[in-house]
Amino acid sequence: MAKKIALLQGNEACAHGALYAGCNFFGGYPITPSTEVAEVMSGELPKVGGKFIQMEDEIGAMASIIGASLAGSKALTATSGPGVSLKQELIGYACIAEVPCVIINVMRGGPSTGMPTGPGQSDVMQARWGTHGDHAAIALCPSSCQEIFSETVRAFNLAEKYRMPVQVLFDEIVGHMRERIVFPEPGELEVIDRTAPSVPPEQYKPFDTSFGDVPPLAAFGSDYRFHVTGLNKAEDGFPTTKAELVDAEERRQIRKVEGAEARADIELNEEYMTEDAEVVIFAYGSTARSARYAVNELREQGIKAGLFRPITLWPFPEKRVAELGEQVKAMVVAEMNLGQMVFEVERIVKNTCKLGLVTRVDGDPLTPTQIIDQVKEVL
Amino acid sequence: MAYDYEKSIRPGKLPHIWCPGCGHGIVMKGLIRAMDTCGLEKNNTAIVSGIGCASRMPGYLDFNTLHTAHGRAAAFATGVKMAKPEMTVICCGGDGDGAAIGGNHFIHACRRNIDMTYVLLNNYIYGMTGGQFSSSTPPGHLASTTPYGNPDPAFDLAKLAIGAGATFVARTTAFHATQIDKLIVEGIKHKGMAVIEILDDCPTTYGRRNKFRSVVDMMKRLKDIAVPVTAAAKMTPEQLEGKTLTGVLHKEDRPEYCENYAKIIARVQGA
Ligand SMILES: Cc1ncc(C[n+]2csc(CCOP(=O)(O)OP(=O)(O)O)c2C)c(N)n1
Ligand code: SF4
Ligand SMILES: [Mg+2]
Repeated sequence: MAKKIALLQGNEACAHGALYAGCNFFGGYPITPSTEVAEVMSGELPKVGGKFIQMEDEIGAMASIIGASLAGSKALTATSGPGVSLKQELIGYACIAEVPCVIINVMRGGPSTGMPTGPGQSDVMQARWGTHGDHAAIALCPSSCQEIFSETVRAFNLAEKYRMPVQVLFDEIVGHMRERIVFPEPGELEVIDRTAPSVPPEQYKPFDTSFGDVPPLAAFGSDYRFHVTGLNKAEDGFPTTKAELVDAEERRQIRKVEGAEARADIELNEEYMTEDAEVVIFAYGSTARSARYAVNELREQGIKAGLFRPITLWPFPEKRVAELGEQVKAMVVAEMNLGQMVFEVERIVKNTCKLGLVTRVDGDPLTPTQIIDQVKEVL
Repeated sequence: MAYDYEKSIRPGKLPHIWCPGCGHGIVMKGLIRAMDTCGLEKNNTAIVSGIGCASRMPGYLDFNTLHTAHGRAAAFATGVKMAKPEMTVICCGGDGDGAAIGGNHFIHACRRNIDMTYVLLNNYIYGMTGGQFSSSTPPGHLASTTPYGNPDPAFDLAKLAIGAGATFVARTTAFHATQIDKLIVEGIKHKGMAVIEILDDCPTTYGRRNKFRSVVDMMKRLKDIAVPVTAAAKMTPEQLEGKTLTGVLHKEDRPEYCENYAKIIARVQGA
């Protein structure tokens, strides 16, 4: 049978990706340029017996998806910069209480209301450090409509597998762009569900680490009942201030994402012509599309350029970026903000290669010409 | 025979954190008796709270319990209830939590008429943080951030709930211990958003600053200001000055949120 093909907006592709992943709860609050995600979910979820709720604000939306997830749902919310700012306290809650959920951030400029209908990539650090306290973060950054579909599926998989909030960041350009989408058949993409407890209910501890760094999660309303809090907690889920328990829990929650094995599983990059590259452009999201064009152009002019595109932004692809830093003469970071990921790149490549930066925040995308000019300047 | 609270308390979780004389324990006992009377099944019940002294209650109770962030109980509970409408969902928390920082979630839960029971412990103060004024501290009263007397008017929380659309609203006080469980029972049995405001005491931060010499003084005040709605009907406005109405203040039948949504699902799937 021929596969279903459609011309979809990035935001619509996102909603369909979520449904493919088994999302059955959406709690949201409208905001440009993300609203189409909510609109599609409001129409599709009841068809599959799922639930859609428009909450009173983004804080409520975030709360509702955590509550729904604890009751066993696969839960999604979608918003943009100002909404993510409001959600931050509860994103931290989902981190410490280890509740799987997916947050879509269709980025626009900022701060504050900024340019609601213009693209931006200025939330990449917010995705990492937006909530207070130490915590690990997983953030994915697709750059095409098809990839928005598949990365939304992967976001759910990672949220469920690692028991934590996962953010998907794309920008207004990809969110509102229409591209041809090939719907994967059921089973074609992997769909992961959280690990349920295997012990009998009376032995269940919601943060039991004897099964590894990601404890199995039961659901409210099942045969298991348990306590959840945003306070530092012991394995049984109840608050503790015991120094060694707090320390062990905090470190485990970082390790479950940043440990070598987890990183290998979570990190995903695309490389284009990097094998023999003397200069690598580091670009993500829609900017990577201009960067790829720039690479082709530079190659035609005899400059050995390549593209490194992190699809997983967080955890940061430290190892590969360090290797490339050793290989190339220069790296050029291109981003639609005034320089954010460049600090990560700088931290990793140190002085192994020259580092250039090209930025744009006026509401128009970075052009290949701007990137090419910067590459030539750095070389 | 004395009532057995132990069966609803999580083993090993007592003693609680509340100060001697705090009314929160009286309310918790009322809630336990009420849930027992309703025959709630532990696994099928979720108790959700925010942050504050009152919000520590779920930790002691042997049910599915969710101690969320300050002010967010109603919104988390909405997610739980929407996801599993077959569960009984109970919220509990303080006046600051539910009506100040969480006021928006609270009124919208009332408006939706989602089937949950919200036990609102109004001790007129932010107890946990040391006694700053809340949105229900009476004007003129002293709090750590109103050293010259509270300049703010206070919410009437039950009226707020009625105005926002809750379909069952009742009020009593920590003094009227047996009425607490009766009203919570009615709330749990009611299909829709039920709000039970319980006027409560915080001797440590509110009583001390406002010249209540003892917990007994505070309890006497709760006793004195409470007028059952039935009795109030026969009283003059002068007689009602400074009093608070107690009992069932509002009850109506209106379609419940999750049932409405279930109808949408049925219609969409049938089409
Ligand atoms: C976002 C946020 N702001 C402020 C606080 C600090 N805080 C903790 S409890 C509390 C007040 C609690 O008062 P109330 O809800 O009336 O409960 P009570 O302690 O009186 O029972 C405040 C302001 C917090 N925990 N989180
Ligand atoms: S501070 Fe007040 S509200 Fe908190 S436990 Fe003590 S008496 Fe109760
Ligand atoms: Mg209070």
